[in-house]
Amino acid sequence: MAVLIAIILSAVLTNNFITKQTYGICPFLGVSKKTSSALGMGVAVTVVMAIATAVTYPIYTFVMVPLNIDFLEIIFFIFIIASLVQMLEKIIQKLSPSLYNSMGIYLPLITTNCAVLGVTELVIGDMSHIIGDAAMNMGWAVLYALFAGIGFTLVMVIMSGIREKINYYKTPKALSGFPIAMITASFICMAFLVF
Amino acid sequence: MNKYKKITLDGLIFQNPTFMLVLGTCPTLGLITSATSAAGMGICVLVVLTLSNIIISALRKVIPNSVRVPCYIVVIATLVTLVRMVLDKFVPDLYESLGGFLALIVVNCIILGRAEAFANKHTVGEAAVDGLANGLGFTVALTLMGIVCEFLGSGSLFGLHIMDFTIGIFAMPGAGTFLVYGLFIALFVYIIDNFERSRRVKANKLSRENLLKEEA
Repeated sequence: MAVLIAIILSAVLTNNFITKQTYGICPFLGVSKKTSSALGMGVAVTVVMAIATAVTYPIYTFVMVPLNIDFLEIIFFIFIIASLVQMLEKIIQKLSPSLYNSMGIYLPLITTNCAVLGVTELVIGDMSHIIGDAAMNMGWAVLYALFAGIGFTLVMVIMSGIREKINYYKTPKALSGFPIAMITASFICMAFLVF
Repeated sequence: MNKYKKITLDGLIFQNPTFMLVLGTCPTLGLITSATSAAGMGICVLVVLTLSNIIISALRKVIPNSVRVPCYIVVIATLVTLVRMVLDKFVPDLYESLGGFLALIVVNCIILGRAEAFANKHTVGEAAVDGLANGLGFTVALTLMGIVCEFLGSGSLFGLHIMDFTIGIFAMPGAGTFLVYGLFIALFVYIIDNFERSRRVKANKLSRENLLKEEA
């Protein structure tokens, strides 16, 4: 139970992917102009992160480490993620066209999202600063990925809400666009420093 | 020669991947808290980008168009694995400080972007120059921001202690690095805008004088 709470608090608030580890900044800055698209992107990333971890973690521990090919992790992981995203896109397209219309457009962008590759690399590394002495297993890994995705979505939605309001105000020409978004993000990060 | 000059200037300044296109932001924001690791990251990207540009440009007639992105990813992932092994063996300090971001070079938009936008349409020489210029643009941008962040956050310069006054938020990734990055982009855009405007004014003046001369 203590491990579960530690994982949830750490992944969502204290070690938030955007504000603390700065993973997945491209979608964070690119798709956060509208709340609805930010939410769609966040949900898509969360789902892919959890499924990708559920696939890569057992492959790494039960196939690559015993065979001594763990140095190939980057090549393996990026391929698994790319094919997984492609597969998910096809499945969603077949099962639910309406969901595909609202979420599907974000799926191809996710392959080159650092947050997904980042979380699969993180959970196979040293996690003792979060789970303490408890042994790492697949359940914790997937839970960590899931809650990291939820933390990602949380910050995305906060950011998009603020950016929608920024549109009503006039900003200096040099600051408009990315710079003002970065400065907004900086203040969100400062707020998250509280945790 | 003029062609190479244009590619170099584009990569370094007018299409600078960090400030003008805002690509490869994750390692930028995560590593500019220390100038040394920022410069190290820049050099890693420079090496991977140049080699991947050369290989992809050399293979551009072999790779079928429909499966080109997976092919690029294989090339890039192999290069990143090699760079990671070399760093682990010869520069373990840098390997430690780059941490997870070393593996994330694979999904760095700059590298895939240059492969897609430039290397698969140009000769090996041009692609190599483009990779070097873009990598150098990235390295210089990261190092500049790294110097500012490290000076404010840890009161040091490339690890050399200078002053005792420090501002905490600049010492860790997140708030401080977002602020520095945003202000740097604004400054860069401002300078480039002014430069281009003055160049346009000059060109207008010249053409008007020529017109007047012709009329006379």
